[in-house]
Amino acid sequence: MNQLLRKPALLAADQGLAIPPTRRGAGPLAALGLAIRLAWRQLKADRARLATAIAGVMFACVLVFMQLGFKGALFDSATNMLAAMRADLFLMHPMTQASFRPERLPRIRAWQALADPDVAHAVPIYLEQATLRNPATGTRRSAQVIGFDASAGAVAFTGLPPLIEALQRPDTLAFDARSRPEFGPVGRLFRDHGPYHLQLGRRDFELVGLVEIGPSFGADGNVVMSETNFRRVFARPPGMADLVALRLTPGADATAVQARLRALLPADVVVLTHAELVRGERAYWENGTPIGFIFLFGSIMGLVVGMVIVYQILFADIAGHLSEYATLKAMGYSNAYLSRVVLGAAVILAVIGFIPGLGLAVFLYDFVAKATFLPLHMPPDRALSVFLMIFAMCFTAGLLAMRKLRDANPADMF
Amino acid sequence: MAQTCPVELHNVTFAYGEGELRRTVLRDVALRIEAGEIVLLTGPSGSGKTTLLTLIGALRAMQQGEARILGQELAAAREAERVALRSRIGFIFQSHNLLGFLTARQNVAMALELQGGLNEAERLARAAEMLSAVGLADHIDKLPAKLSGGQRQRVAVARALVAEPGLILADEPTAALDRASGQEVVHLLRDLARRQGTPILLVTHDPRILDIADRIVAMEDGRITQTPSPSA
Ligand SMILES: Nc1ncnc2c1ncn2[C@@H]1O[C@H](COP(=O)(O)OP(=O)(O)OP(=O)(O)O)[C@@H](O)[C@H]1O
Ligand SMILES: [Mg+2]
Repeated sequence: MNQLLRKPALLAADQGLAIPPTRRGAGPLAALGLAIRLAWRQLKADRARLATAIAGVMFACVLVFMQLGFKGALFDSATNMLAAMRADLFLMHPMTQASFRPERLPRIRAWQALADPDVAHAVPIYLEQATLRNPATGTRRSAQVIGFDASAGAVAFTGLPPLIEALQRPDTLAFDARSRPEFGPVGRLFRDHGPYHLQLGRRDFELVGLVEIGPSFGADGNVVMSETNFRRVFARPPGMADLVALRLTPGADATAVQARLRALLPADVVVLTHAELVRGERAYWENGTPIGFIFLFGSIMGLVVGMVIVYQILFADIAGHLSEYATLKAMGYSNAYLSRVVLGAAVILAVIGFIPGLGLAVFLYDFVAKATFLPLHMPPDRALSVFLMIFAMCFTAGLLAMRKLRDANPADMF
Repeated sequence: MAQTCPVELHNVTFAYGEGELRRTVLRDVALRIEAGEIVLLTGPSGSGKTTLLTLIGALRAMQQGEARILGQELAAAREAERVALRSRIGFIFQSHNLLGFLTARQNVAMALELQGGLNEAERLARAAEMLSAVGLADHIDKLPAKLSGGQRQRVAVARALVAEPGLILADEPTAALDRASGQEVVHLLRDLARRQGTPILLVTHDPRILDIADRIVAMEDGRITQTPSPSA
């Protein structure tokens, strides 16, 4: 009897193995690593199923990226005009919700703002829509006309400075080279042949140069001209402007000036920085229209479909291997450990589906941007938030599939 | 050292079902297995052998009676205690139940992953040694699908033994095997367990393997009918 009790005889003595058996239990981190490795080995074993799962996650990924991309691009482009119009501070009527439908403010507010010692220039800006004739086909299309006195240098558009002098001549305008192509080869003709005549409304103008603004929700293209020329085309009450741009003295503190002007000016104007102006316009499109909801809905659909696919795969994996899972339970593996295996598989699918999904989305962004002129790009915070969504999607699928583990009963194994 | 005996059952009674459907399948079962003892459990179909094995293996919750397995009282054991006890028992099932996506060696190493103190290389080395001990040195990196039935059951034996359990429970391990492989598997099991000093409780209908037993226990209708005292 005593002889039998002298334990680890087999391996330790016979094969000269010096590792005594222990029952300490692996550390929690090591155990997690082993659970994830087991999950990966199981996923890897069935290539076809793994490919399906990755494709499902990728699909959800790309769908969400495209929805967010289109949403971002639309909202970015919705604010193209204001984003391109740079000045230190702006005055706007408080009831203006979007630049395509501005509420007019008294022009006198511009001159009142000059009372502040740090305000160097105050330039009223006028906005109207007018049709521009396509120089190739003769058809007309509506463009946003922006009128202001460029000589003060308060408002900056890319490409504007060299044109300031020419724009002061009567009946001249600058065209937005990034306008939609439906306006015709306006920019190309200008680059090839120099200035030529363009019809805006019922009037002939000389095209003296190109600026860069980009189409917005409200307008397919933009035209810039001087205040004087603007007033020749559009009959407008002389005392009212649509926006006022302020240029501050060099080194002035814009927030301090903004605070002083708020105190100085009456309640029929708001004083905004450029960022606030753009943000307000964007908020109008995001919150004031159902566009945001449509994209949200699209994203959720993508995540739901992805979740169902991942759930199906994980569920089938458990259901098809119930006796193996039950055996592991009989061997002393806890339910919690096996749950971590299932969640590990879900997390692995999230990661290896997201990476190609991100790659494909970047490729599609580029492709769609070229085809539609929408400014599609991949900001890192969007990549991160989509990753978190995909992670949550797979994790939820794992949590749902995990319930199937309860059916693996080690008592049924014999 | 005053070693308590690995398996001690008193008045174990067990019933399946509730109310009208309640059927008692174990009645006042008492069983002792001494350290290192190899006990075969036989009896007609439905006599409760498997049920008894699942109770001893902590795979099922006890209902009535007392059981002390490897020092663990089962009557009031919590789930976590039962899980911990299971990791100290080697199970061999009628079908091998190897994980199909793991090689023979990885399958055996799974039995070592629950314990700390060994790193991956040591686990694989021990698994490989155990597989050589069951005569599968040339097959350690094969998937179960590439092995014969007898070879798979030998992998299952290696998996049950590799962590040097305090007790081996086997339920008809030869049922799915032909005569020769069945003999081979149980003899391997007996020899290795003898060397480790591990007691075995093995349920079988197979009269050809009765020779490995130190003692044979017969069951009928939920009772142990014949328990010749262990010949120590
Ligand atoms: N999970 C269960 N639920 C209800 N009844 C069960 C269950 N498992 C077994 N039984 C019944 O309990 C009785 C004993 O079954 P058990 O499997 O323990 O017998 P056994 O001796 O192992 O038989 P065999 O030799 O056929 O394997 C049988 O009548 C069986 O029908
Ligand atoms: Mg049975």
